[in-house]
Amino acid sequence: MTHVLELENVDVFYDQVHALSDICLKVEEKDFLAIIGPNGGGKSTLLKTILGLLKPTSGKIMLYGKSIQKSLGNIGYVPQFSKFNRKFPISVREVVHLGFLKNKNSPFAKYKELDIKKADDIMKQLDIFHLKDRQIGQLSGGQLQRVLIGRALAVEPKLLLLDEPTASLDASAKTQIHEVLKGLNKEMTIVMVTHDMSAVSTYVKNIACLNQKLFYHGQPLLTESILGQVYGCPIDMIAHGVSHRVLHKHKEN
Amino acid sequence: MLEEIFRYQFLQHAILSAIFASIACGIIGTIITEKNLIMMSGGIAHTAFGGIGMGYFIGIEPIFGALVFSIVAALGVNKIHKKTHTGEDILVGMFWSLGMALGILFIWLTPGYPPELSSYLFGDILTVSKMDLYMMIIVNVMIVGIVGGYFQQFKAYLFDEEFAAVIGMKTSYLEKIVFILIALTIVILIRVVGIILIIALLTVPTAIAKEFSYDLKKIMILSSLVGILFCLFGLFISYLLQIPSGASIVISLVISYLIICIIKNKIKKGKLSI
Repeated sequence: MTHVLELENVDVFYDQVHALSDICLKVEEKDFLAIIGPNGGGKSTLLKTILGLLKPTSGKIMLYGKSIQKSLGNIGYVPQFSKFNRKFPISVREVVHLGFLKNKNSPFAKYKELDIKKADDIMKQLDIFHLKDRQIGQLSGGQLQRVLIGRALAVEPKLLLLDEPTASLDASAKTQIHEVLKGLNKEMTIVMVTHDMSAVSTYVKNIACLNQKLFYHGQPLLTESILGQVYGCPIDMIAHGVSHRVLHKHKEN
Repeated sequence: MLEEIFRYQFLQHAILSAIFASIACGIIGTIITEKNLIMMSGGIAHTAFGGIGMGYFIGIEPIFGALVFSIVAALGVNKIHKKTHTGEDILVGMFWSLGMALGILFIWLTPGYPPELSSYLFGDILTVSKMDLYMMIIVNVMIVGIVGGYFQQFKAYLFDEEFAAVIGMKTSYLEKIVFILIALTIVILIRVVGIILIIALLTVPTAIAKEFSYDLKKIMILSSLVGILFCLFGLFISYLLQIPSGASIVISLVISYLIICIIKNKIKKGKLSI
């Protein structure tokens, strides 16, 4: 059986730093994998390597049994929204449309009518359609994050890859992103890097712990000793399947 | 002045070159502003001085020397930055003064009287030759053709290079094209405002346009128009008051940007108080 994503003995050196060592990872169809680990543990490096932006020093990365370099455009990538230049003159609709440019290197690229309709549907699905003409600087963090998810969906990816999608978002925006991802997971495989333990405990199907090496890969039943190994110190345990609500629900008038 | 325009060819050249330079500036200025390449462009412009010196030294048209130097500088900084991970700022600083140093050395080595350099340093729109004009037309056709033809790709690249690469766009080509176009634009601007004043012409029209629009294409068009308006205005003032044209163009640009900012702030405050 071919896996959606398969990493075989991947090593990456980054400026003579051994960033990833001997990573083996298999992701199956419709999986929802969270990659957790301390800062500097190589999470971003792993993402970049999977995306084909960094070449591994050794090892193989396969997407549906094909090498990554040959199957560009099959991954929907959602970068961290906080890294963006929010002043860039571009509207929500334009950002989502960028996804349709995959593998288009010919001049006078135009969007098809069908694509434009599809973009509208994606924006409606993500509840950002009413914002479509806004410049991205006029959005909240959570809204911008959904716009970036929309752009990734326009690529029509088989695999969605997210880099800390809920970092620096407030609780309600986090919940919204969680709901969106939960819904999308019915149709596609999702891999995300995260520090968000509430996400890991509530709806992620598998987790991988990364700190240069991949320590654990499986169901999100973390024991204290695994987490201790990854983070180098004991951290809070997470109960699986318990959704905690810290703030009260808003009452509608 | 109208009568003189019809009578003197040098005035016709000046007006045409103001228009062509502004179109190139509007488009490339927007790109460098959004991609944070302003200091890089300043560095390329100053490196071009080395080429001008070399032109005098080996006896070719100095502007061709500038062309070679600025393209080498643009691609060189980019390449070294990628290979060695040296900060782009450091490299720009180095190329910036290396270019000037080479220029001075070449001119010192050139036998005979030292040539008149101020028209390259500060520009002189009234001495634009036919050949300069042809060069401007060629560069403009290239810029409008390439950026217009690949507009969507450029937008994707300028907004988020990483994502563009992930969806299979050839971002390394786009990057090289951008650097070459910057170098070409700088070369044609040297005749109009000079090496030292180029940065103003590349940034102020875009800054003004950005006050009025959030659309990349509109900003490019608007900043070209703003550039044309102020280049002609500066030219008119310089003709009227008999002052250097490069200086009058740059000063009128910067003053009008400040006025626009002040007016916009007043309007905003007015709205808030209501």
